[in-house]
Amino acid sequence: MRALVLAEHDNRSLKPATHAAVTAALALGGSADVLVAGAGAAAAAEAAAKIAGVGRVLLADDPAHAEALAEPLADLLVGLAAEYDALLAPATACGKNAMPRVAALLDVQQISEIVAVVDADTFVRPIYAGNALATVRSSDAKKVITVRTTAFEKAAETGAAPVEAIAAAAPCDAARFLERRVVESVRPELTAARVVVAGGRGIGSDGAFALVSQLADLLGGAVGASRAAVDAGFIPNDAQVGQTGKIVAPDLYIAVGISGAIQHIAGMKDSKVIVAINKDGEAPIFQVADYGLVADVFEAVPALIDSLSA
Amino acid sequence: MKVLVAVKRVVDYNVKIRIKPDGSGVDTANLKMSMNPFDEIAVEEAVRWKEKGLATEVVVVSIGPQAAQDTLRTGLAMGADRALLIKTDAEVQPLAVAKLLKAAAEREKPDVVILGKQAIDDDSNQTGQMLAALLGWPQGTFISATEKTGEGRLSVVREIDGGLETLSLAPPCVLTTDLRLNEPRYASLPNIMKAKKKPLDTVAPEELGVDIAPRLTLVKVEEPPRRKAGVIVGSVGELVDRLKNEAKVL
Repeated sequence: MRALVLAEHDNRSLKPATHAAVTAALALGGSADVLVAGAGAAAAAEAAAKIAGVGRVLLADDPAHAEALAEPLADLLVGLAAEYDALLAPATACGKNAMPRVAALLDVQQISEIVAVVDADTFVRPIYAGNALATVRSSDAKKVITVRTTAFEKAAETGAAPVEAIAAAAPCDAARFLERRVVESVRPELTAARVVVAGGRGIGSDGAFALVSQLADLLGGAVGASRAAVDAGFIPNDAQVGQTGKIVAPDLYIAVGISGAIQHIAGMKDSKVIVAINKDGEAPIFQVADYGLVADVFEAVPALIDSLSA
Repeated sequence: MKVLVAVKRVVDYNVKIRIKPDGSGVDTANLKMSMNPFDEIAVEEAVRWKEKGLATEVVVVSIGPQAAQDTLRTGLAMGADRALLIKTDAEVQPLAVAKLLKAAAEREKPDVVILGKQAIDDDSNQTGQMLAALLGWPQGTFISATEKTGEGRLSVVREIDGGLETLSLAPPCVLTTDLRLNEPRYASLPNIMKAKKKPLDTVAPEELGVDIAPRLTLVKVEEPPRRKAGVIVGSVGELVDRLKNEAKVL
């Protein structure tokens, strides 16, 4: 069993989602290589080489891969597939975009967002917004898999794998990159943060959302949001936690003014400790909260901030 | 520009599903079924393009049992012109769906195929990307805005980790919708009546020459681990105390 893991990176640095995907790949019972496709991505490849258990790092460093467009990325992976029994990627926006393309070109039924490896053919994955866990067995000779990164430990950085340069795929003019607007933040990344403070419709306005950010900063955490808060324009889309947004599992998740639709709960219910602050005592969020506080968020959150700053 | 929109009939997003006691699957009998919410957004986008004069014809396609006709009629009531049902009672996994949609696209010759980014039942998030690959077309996934630009290209804004990115695609292409692309309309009663008279063709997967045999076998379905009931604290002070001394997360 030989597995190839698509690295998640921004050319400059490697993202910890990669480490979790390597753990899943090694759980298949064989070796794991990592593919870094990018432009000027040598630093990301060097970082991938340090992941424990990695056999070798393949680096396709070329302008064609600068923006991780799915078309050349899928072609690159398909070109490498003959040597591997399994191709994996973290279930990030990039992995979700490219891997089904790879699977279709290889005539393989992809297995999305696995949360456990039972054996080399059998996997567990959530369905219905995480309200059920399905165990599925694949009959495809080659596996194409995306990995829910919160479900796997991140592999340590004790390795020293060789980095090999490989040829890039041809660029695709039918899909051109124009621009990327990334929210620059000094806060930890939402999916990797130890603490997440998330706000919902109950916050009422984008001005008041500053309370959520303030609490997050005080705890060294990331800021999340329910769909309602994103739709209301309180905060950009990339903060959305839920079935179709980010899946998070921090040590501490504080839900502020979030009612707890099943789609939101799907994205945070694996957090270690959940705190809910909501003035509606009947809100479903309290059913998953370890600690619930029925209170007006505009009184409770400032009091919490005061108490923690003291 | 001709637009093909793929829609799926799923358990309504407000319904809490039950797992069969023997773990053999999810019990969907007698549950309220609706159009997958992301597919509603896809239909809405195509209909808006038509209203703006950008699209000339909107065809909705669904794969599923006879009852999937209802979902297609919903699409027609929202403003699609025609419908195609690829009728099967068998389980159809995303790769097979993509192959069937490829056959439909070869028949209909659309300039753009729009799909929801994922169905809220199997949460796979695969079909659009697979279809694009099988057709050899470029893809714009998880989109929150579209705009027609020069050279007949489409500019699409994608929701990605950390923010937004804009791509320029040359049709024919495949798009998959994210939540903030638009807010789908409710079909009016007169439009629901009108939809009943719009053409709806039915074909079988075999007629399209597609093998839909599943590649994944469902071994079992289980309840996820349940969180044990928590406590309601009386004050901010008690909350901080418990987080520090009991949960030890502060």
